[in-house]
Amino acid sequence: MTERQPRPSQRQPQFPAISRLLHWLMALMVLSMLFIGIGMAATESPRYHVLISIHRPLGISVLAVVIIRIVNRLLNPPPPLPAGLPGWQRVAAEGSHYLLYALMLILPLVGWCMLSAMPYPVVFAGSWHLPAILPPNPTVYAWLRQTHTVLALLLFLTFLVHFGAALLHGLVLRDGVLQSMASFGRSRRQRA
Amino acid sequence: MAPDSKESIEAQPLTPAAMVALLALIGVVLLFVAIVFVYVGGWLSPHRLTQDRMMQAFQELDGAHPGFRRNHAKGMCVSGWFDSSGAAASLSKAAVLKAGERSAVIGRFALAGGMPFQADAPGQVRSMALRFLPAGGGGEWRTAINNIPVFPVNTAQGFYEQLLAARPDPSTGKPDPAAMKAFLVHHPETVRAGALINARVVSSGFADSTFNSLDTFRFVNAAGVSTPVRWAMEPLRPVVTEAAAQAARTDKNYLFDDLIAQIRQQPLKWRLMITVGRPDDPTNDATRPWPVARQRIDAGTLTLDAVSSEDGSGGACLWISYDPMVLPAGIEASDDPILSARSAAYARSLTLRAEEKSQKAPSAVTPQEVRALLAGGKP
Repeated sequence: MTERQPRPSQRQPQFPAISRLLHWLMALMVLSMLFIGIGMAATESPRYHVLISIHRPLGISVLAVVIIRIVNRLLNPPPPLPAGLPGWQRVAAEGSHYLLYALMLILPLVGWCMLSAMPYPVVFAGSWHLPAILPPNPTVYAWLRQTHTVLALLLFLTFLVHFGAALLHGLVLRDGVLQSMASFGRSRRQRA
Repeated sequence: MAPDSKESIEAQPLTPAAMVALLALIGVVLLFVAIVFVYVGGWLSPHRLTQDRMMQAFQELDGAHPGFRRNHAKGMCVSGWFDSSGAAASLSKAAVLKAGERSAVIGRFALAGGMPFQADAPGQVRSMALRFLPAGGGGEWRTAINNIPVFPVNTAQGFYEQLLAARPDPSTGKPDPAAMKAFLVHHPETVRAGALINARVVSSGFADSTFNSLDTFRFVNAAGVSTPVRWAMEPLRPVVTEAAAQAARTDKNYLFDDLIAQIRQQPLKWRLMITVGRPDDPTNDATRPWPVARQRIDAGTLTLDAVSSEDGSGGACLWISYDPMVLPAGIEASDDPILSARSAAYARSLTLRAEEKSQKAPSAVTPQEVRALLAGGKP
């Protein structure tokens, strides 16, 4: 253990500032959505209306932000993972990141399709609506409604893995991976 | 470049004990987040009133009827239009209430209760559910209104307890009178509301019934002024009190069949009457009526000229959830807790019956029955 070879934290480059900003904004939105979503499906209290009034416009916002993030990721690719990372961890890291992106994109789309098939209006705010993207259909609605729950639970589990891995990198491996996203100081890339 | 303090900590190798402690800490943090999630989802709260428990209570009271609405299960579709007078446009900016605006309407008449094959009876609560789609675009409006003057309960918990108290006892097949008595002891508002509900005039049918919003909403105008309102659909035809002979008819669908025959003769009309609340009128208690002296506005005329069974090609209302919280800009929820509870329950009811679609039995009022009556025959 004492011979753990190079501690590359100083050399681990950071994500660009715009990527970090989008990541933490999305983290806040997605976590809020998950807790609001699971909470509103389990209450008959006045909280139901409050929660669903946040859930729908926030879901539309997640869809908008994830599209911005995908474009940003293409323009500003993430820094490479540490060179010494074992192959399976590399696969797990990249796989979970793609899964997170896929779920952040698909869940709001399923929600939108679901409301269209119900049919319920898809209200962003006031009289600002999104159009229905599916014709009314109860069978399709029932399937989408279930899919929405299953994917949301999968997103929560993927978040737990992502959060756990971040803590593992930051507290145990100390390889600079957490700092590449979580440090708000001057970019190491600039200092290097 | 001098390493900062954080980096010098990072450079320190971890002892095995420290590593185990940190891994345990990470485990505890993740477990905590998961437990909070599970708690919010209601899995640790067996007494929280959830949509699942509300649906379960309906099933225990009325039995399982897959594919049907959990409440107001027996119904029939109607359609027509709403012509706004514009008289309420100063209170609400909703497109549906603009002067001269015509909205297409898909509606549903129904009887309260989760029994899709109950026999029509005079005392059973009648409902009118409406979905307005303004011709000029703008927000959709849904409302589900009843022929009682006030709602029997003022919270979701009260509603749930009332369902449980009315459940049939498995040994006798009848409700336990002691359970209802105990419920009423704890719900004096239900006793007061019940007296008003029992004192109402029961008209001869759907066509001459007045349907009330019961819950309070808020109209918001272009200037942002918010006004508490309740509304009612009042029939244009004269109200005829239900005769004893009518209820004695053997036709189990006599209320629906009369409606079909009446629409065959001429379109049926109602006036949308808006009651304007004052600041001290109760907005969060649907068991309490507002003073009769309140200003009332004739906001427009509803015309229903077509009728069809829920089943078959004409059943446009079957898959519409008349969720009272589907509101256009200009109409908002009040602080009435029943509204949130209805919205939650209606959405869950829709989900369940959509899942059960293939198991749904034919509705009580069949396409054949409607066709026969529209042709001038008997059901």
